[in-house]
Amino acid sequence: MAARTLSRLLSRSLSSSGGTKSEGWINRNRFSTAAAVEELITPQVSINYTQHLINGQFVDAASGKTFPTYDPRTGEVIAQVAEGDAEDINRAVSAAREAFDNGPWPKMTAYERCRILLRFADLVEKHNDEIAALESWNNGKLYEQAAKAELPMFVRLFRYYAGWADKIHGLTVPADGDYHVQTLHEPIGVAGQIIPWNFPLLMFAWKVGPALACGNTIVLKTAEQTPLTALVVAKLLHEAGLPPGVLNIVSGYGPTAGAPLASHMDVDKLAFTGSTDTGKTVLELAARSNLKPVTLELGGKSPFIVCEDADVNKAVEIAHFALFFNQGQCCCAGSRTFVHERIYDEFLEKSKERALRRVVGDPFKKGVEQGPQIDSKQFEKVLRYIKSGIDSNATLECGGGRLGSKGFFVQPTVFSNVQDDMLIAKDEIFGPVQTILKFKDIDEVIRRANATRYGLAAGVFTKNVSTANTMMRALRAGTVWINCFDVFDAAIPFGGYKMSGIGREKGIYSLHNYLQVKAVVSPLNNPAWL
Amino acid sequence: MSTASSNGAPSFTNVPIIKFTKLFINGDFVDSVSGKTFETIDPRTGEVIARISEGTKEDIDIAVKAARYAFDFGPWPRLPGVERAKLMMKFADLIEQNTEELAALDAIDAGKLYHLCKALDIPSAANTLRYYAGAADKIHGEVLKASRELHAYTLLEPIGVVGHIIPWNFPTAMFFIKVAPSLAAGCTMVLKPAEQTPLSALFYAHLAKLAGIPDGVINVVPGFGPIAGAAVSSHMDIDAVSFTGSTQTGRKIMEAAAKSNLKHVSLELGGKSPLIIFDDADIEKATELALLGILFNKGEVCVASSRVFVQEGIYHEFEKKLVEKAKTWVVGDPFDPNVQQGPQVDKKQFEKILSYIEHGKKEGATLLTGGKTVGNKGYYIQPTIFSNIKDDMLIAQDEIFGPVMALKKFKTVEEAIKSANNTRYGLAAGIVTKNLDIANTMSRSIRAGTIWINCYFAFGDDIPFGGYKMSGFGKDHGLQALQKYLQVKSVVTPIYNSPWL
Repeated sequence: MAARTLSRLLSRSLSSSGGTKSEGWINRNRFSTAAAVEELITPQVSINYTQHLINGQFVDAASGKTFPTYDPRTGEVIAQVAEGDAEDINRAVSAAREAFDNGPWPKMTAYERCRILLRFADLVEKHNDEIAALESWNNGKLYEQAAKAELPMFVRLFRYYAGWADKIHGLTVPADGDYHVQTLHEPIGVAGQIIPWNFPLLMFAWKVGPALACGNTIVLKTAEQTPLTALVVAKLLHEAGLPPGVLNIVSGYGPTAGAPLASHMDVDKLAFTGSTDTGKTVLELAARSNLKPVTLELGGKSPFIVCEDADVNKAVEIAHFALFFNQGQCCCAGSRTFVHERIYDEFLEKSKERALRRVVGDPFKKGVEQGPQIDSKQFEKVLRYIKSGIDSNATLECGGGRLGSKGFFVQPTVFSNVQDDMLIAKDEIFGPVQTILKFKDIDEVIRRANATRYGLAAGVFTKNVSTANTMMRALRAGTVWINCFDVFDAAIPFGGYKMSGIGREKGIYSLHNYLQVKAVVSPLNNPAWL
Repeated sequence: MSTASSNGAPSFTNVPIIKFTKLFINGDFVDSVSGKTFETIDPRTGEVIARISEGTKEDIDIAVKAARYAFDFGPWPRLPGVERAKLMMKFADLIEQNTEELAALDAIDAGKLYHLCKALDIPSAANTLRYYAGAADKIHGEVLKASRELHAYTLLEPIGVVGHIIPWNFPTAMFFIKVAPSLAAGCTMVLKPAEQTPLSALFYAHLAKLAGIPDGVINVVPGFGPIAGAAVSSHMDIDAVSFTGSTQTGRKIMEAAAKSNLKHVSLELGGKSPLIIFDDADIEKATELALLGILFNKGEVCVASSRVFVQEGIYHEFEKKLVEKAKTWVVGDPFDPNVQQGPQVDKKQFEKILSYIEHGKKEGATLLTGGKTVGNKGYYIQPTIFSNIKDDMLIAQDEIFGPVMALKKFKTVEEAIKSANNTRYGLAAGIVTKNLDIANTMSRSIRAGTIWINCYFAFGDDIPFGGYKMSGFGKDHGLQALQKYLQVKSVVTPIYNSPWL
């Protein structure tokens, strides 16, 4: 459904982008800049939780330290948050361990766990708008996107996983010989989860939902950029009946809080979403400590392939959405737009027009399509990549600079004449920078699309069923969207090939991340059959 | 046995005002075409509770038309599973809000224990709905391995209009055992409740409407088997029929399906389920299981443990304890919280049970306890136990559907298997032993759809239930039940130049 909601938002943004081309661009750009700098809407929400959540209690960091969290529209501090380190992680892990080994959670019936998750979903639904406002305030994402797509998807995810709780099936297994064999699917234990800042709540749901449905306990480290909303929903989860110690949240930085979690000897499982570089570190720490199994959902440089028979207008709009959605801060962003040479010029012209019409400004303002980047580090990184694109002789079609003088706003940027070996065609930029490449035939584009160390997602635009069938098997990526993009649902698995990660989240596949399989074997005497 | 309040006079709760007595078709309560009605009876007294519109062939036709339209053109099968789930969740909440009234309806209509309905039957119905609501967005087809350059996958599609014919012994549980998975699958349906117990089914129809389930998706037409039931099973526009009831009627339904449009049939029929107790069993626990196995719900249970086999080493002690316990079993008004057994559902069942008891005596079985009616009003029967049973006696072969146990001694595991399988039925079996090898061997050797080891009546929403042999085919409960309401469509298309196959 959120897939639908996203496309609804998309069509709304389409219809709101009227006016003549040049006028629209100039007016909105001026409007947007002003909005970004001068007329910010104050979110109607208070920040009530800034401490760690350990064993059902909000507590200060053991060190007493705090760190600032910001409003990316201005770069101003909105709260001081408890800063976790190894000691806080230790405390959280012992709470989770105790809750798993001796607490009621793994022992209660799956139906009871299901009811708690359902009650939680109802509570979040009730507080939809205020949670969305906080998400938008701390992250810079569009309020409307948070309130109308992401929060409903969050609720959907928890209802979905609630439904799995009482349907986790082992197998009875035919063995060679007189044996009765069955498999028990048991919760894996204490799960460590490290989530990113681009979709703070959705990443929470992707990780926490299946872990809880399977009966595990959790220590979650949120991104230092976006620590706030996880604490709010966790409070609601406890109101819904979650026993203390089942979900513990530690705020803090990767090297000081994430690393002790990844290398903890008493954590049975680790799930991480974030950059490929950090993913490597996490996997290494797991290997060096207790060999905990790891799922990784990492970076991408996903191809978006527009074949010559595609509906160009539709492809332009979806390619634009695929890249610019969420300020380009999506691991599966369609960041390499391959367009067939026969339609390349038309596609480029229309893509540029569309980017010029994109409304950048205060994410709380209606009609705004793009807010600020998350922080100064990302902001500067994006600008560096734009410079690299220009330096490597790609054609800058539009954008290319910052917007306003305050906050982290970047102009929607489009490059054409991009070559495969340019940095902007190889690296994950994680910003509003579209790179458009030209291709001649299917075999060529398959080869080029696969010539990347990533393999998270791909988009294919064609009307031809044979082309679609060939492409969907030939592309080495965890998701292939055909004539659509960024269609997400709780039931659709997501994850990467190659260096985009290990394992799948969402859908039935995600349950296996949080289950151990135990084979139980006993002899059969004189059975009627085998 | 004590007979606390068997004359049905005192009442422990306010019998509810009967709100719904008409057919529920296309979202409205309507009179039957013929205008006819029939009586539904309070089995505590034999008195009439209400007159119910009687559905005939014409009414079934109208209901099927509504269901057909709702399936072919309505929103229900076209909603994403998650949207159907939302309405089913709401339906479940509404049931919980009306628990007491629904419990009273089943108690007064079927003679079931009110407090048990309130604590178990009604809340479980809500749970069943929630279970299948959770399954509605998890109906997965498969992508297949084709033998050449083909891309192939399966779509699991709702089968269409389903006819449900349900019995009177668990009016609520049976309603949801059928309705919940078929709703989740995206089907529309016509449900015929048993003529003995139409009241709660009509109330559920009302709640479904309140929950927002679109008109025409659930239609409830009370009536009699030979008329309304036959019209369902022989209807040319019903795609599947799901029946729970007697083996004789099951046969007729399958025949009608065969003669009409070859609709898919699933049958959950009678049983003569064995409970097998070995020498190493805890005798105290075993007697309790055996007694509950036959007396629960007055023995009106398709999986009742109506044949109890006890190994010779503990037989005498077991028999003695069993009879002692049976004598303290409390028969009386089902609204009395101290009562363990209410009246049989109606006069016909009451007389049938008594005639089997007479058979048992004539065939030479030993009547250990019971055998008589209780009180002089309503349909109460004493807990009854026969021993010295031979496998070919009528009371060891036929489903009596009353509080009548056939008790037999056995020596070896092999003998127990042979006796247990010496039946045309195969619905369930119980095994009581501490020995793992015996448990493993027995669970594979008994030809029955459910094996309970050291427990009985251990049902669960996720645990498939259904019979071997003449106890029927097709499963209720679990994700297996969804399959009954789904069609498999294979979609195949060539692929060219695929990097893998």
